[in-house]
Amino acid sequence: MADEIKIPMAESGIDAGAEDPSLAVVERTAAEAAERAGTDEQVMTINMGPHHPATHGVLRLVVSLEGERVLDVRPIVGYVHTGIEKSCEDKSYWKVIPFVERMDYLSYFFQMEAFCGCVERLLELEVPDRARYLRVIHMELNRIHSHLVWLGTTALDLGAISMFWYCFRERDRILDLFEMSTGQRMHTRYFQVGGVFEDIPAGFAGKVRDFCEEMPERVDQYEALLDRNEIFLHRTKGVGIVPRERVLELGVTGPLLRAAGEPWDLRKVSDYLPYGDFDFQIPVGTVGDGYDRYRVRLQEIRESVRIIAQAIDGLPEGPFIADDRKVVLPPRDELGTSMEALIHHFKLVTEGFRVPPSELYNPIESPRGELGCFVVADGSAKPARVHFRDPSFVNLQLLPEMCRGGLIADLIQNLGMLDPILGGIDR
Amino acid sequence: MPDAPGLELIAQEINAAHDGTVIETAHERGTATLIVDSERVLEALRWLRDTPEHEYRFLASVHAADYLPGEPRFGVHYELLNMPRVERVSVKALLADPASPSPATSSASPAGVSGGGSNGVGTLVLPEIDSCVELFPTADYQEREAYDFFGIRFRGHPDLRRILMPEDYVGWPLRRDFPIGGEPVLFTHNEAETPHWYE
Repeated sequence: MADEIKIPMAESGIDAGAEDPSLAVVERTAAEAAERAGTDEQVMTINMGPHHPATHGVLRLVVSLEGERVLDVRPIVGYVHTGIEKSCEDKSYWKVIPFVERMDYLSYFFQMEAFCGCVERLLELEVPDRARYLRVIHMELNRIHSHLVWLGTTALDLGAISMFWYCFRERDRILDLFEMSTGQRMHTRYFQVGGVFEDIPAGFAGKVRDFCEEMPERVDQYEALLDRNEIFLHRTKGVGIVPRERVLELGVTGPLLRAAGEPWDLRKVSDYLPYGDFDFQIPVGTVGDGYDRYRVRLQEIRESVRIIAQAIDGLPEGPFIADDRKVVLPPRDELGTSMEALIHHFKLVTEGFRVPPSELYNPIESPRGELGCFVVADGSAKPARVHFRDPSFVNLQLLPEMCRGGLIADLIQNLGMLDPILGGIDR
Repeated sequence: MPDAPGLELIAQEINAAHDGTVIETAHERGTATLIVDSERVLEALRWLRDTPEHEYRFLASVHAADYLPGEPRFGVHYELLNMPRVERVSVKALLADPASPSPATSSASPAGVSGGGSNGVGTLVLPEIDSCVELFPTADYQEREAYDFFGIRFRGHPDLRRILMPEDYVGWPLRRDFPIGGEPVLFTHNEAETPHWYE
């Protein structure tokens, strides 16, 4: 009987005997969890995802359960892998920017800065002060936007539906600001190698100031909604604690590390952008539970608002992009009058600029932690390798440690507080 | 980042403890790099992590690169960080491709095993390096990623499987000789070329 069924399958070119290759992982997770629990009777292994509203993307979790209790979690990723790193090797440097933006789709300005900063360091190109300030303004707006999406979706997972609307209302104001200055709401391609694409339009500074005035009040409102919400407090306090030493060992960075009590922020210790000019603080947690992670991110929104307000007030005059005709496109108005400008424009658009043979790892602080861009230049106009050390990818290793021994409802909370972006993990 | 003499001192001290570990140092564009013997990379990493005055205890990133047509072909990079002093040092190990027909390594590659040359399809002889998961647990996913994309086998890795590509995928997609756009995309006009696609 079994043979009769197999024959038409074989004709169709599908090997009926072939198993789902990930089945081995499921079986191993179950076996190890059973061993840890000392029983093999009651352990149940289930798949969460890949398509599940609470996984914040296409993440599949193989979860071993003993009743409601989580024995082990094994994340399986790669469902939205699109080979961006490979594609970048076939594009000239300035065409790589829109590709890398689309990795972590909530922090596109950070991907651009990691890549452009890396290429600028390889070229030893000076970026004008105004451009550096404009980058800070857009990146901090982006950080708020990313944290707002996190807050909205995580609160939604925990049952606080109205948070989602409030957070997305403020997020929309940030996207309006991006649209005003860059022409796009997401994936703006605003940062260029050498500076930014365009100066900010008239009226932008005023709108940013309005936003900075209003935003702290909004954060107070979010707090008022969540901080006295008994369900929220019960579900976050004391849940998902991992000791600071273990968090460091696992290479976790960003708000997760700071919530665990380690005051580490690349904005304070590294000089990739003029963060030293601004007065801001690094929020640090004490317990390292879900509630601390929430508090740290909320406070980071406030600190980012302070940075933006100082940057827009102290915005220096001057050029917004470096004056290096071998790298940067000449101003549009020169093309009609200057032959050299036309030649440079043509060479840059058709071939692109060349980068001397070298390699560099350039880390910056993204909303999720250390975002590193590693570029290998081989002397041609295309990079030989573009690699992103995505913080979500590394931080995901913390999830099993957060969830073991907890309830399955806590797993949802832990995953939300982890804030993984699957576009960044899978690239 | 240690300055150029400091880097040189680190290299000398490592070599004094484990002879022949550091092959070369490079100090340029604000980065300090130790190029180490790929067989002894763990000794260098352990020394950098545990020696009291250095203590690069945080591994920020592990990534690989394919330097084709350069020799040796593969590089594995470790970006170490000392958080209290905010110093970074990168360690780079170069690996030859055992599947390439170069005379120095041909004895390590039994005939007929390497399938269709070194283009990554069907290659069974893989470059190998020691896994540093024991020293730095964070390297787990990143070494799997390097294995997935470059076919670099990390000896002693607890769970060396593909991570981003499907588990039954054949080939090492980020190698430089792996073609871009290797997966045919199904359109109406080429439907006939892939019969039974709908099953």
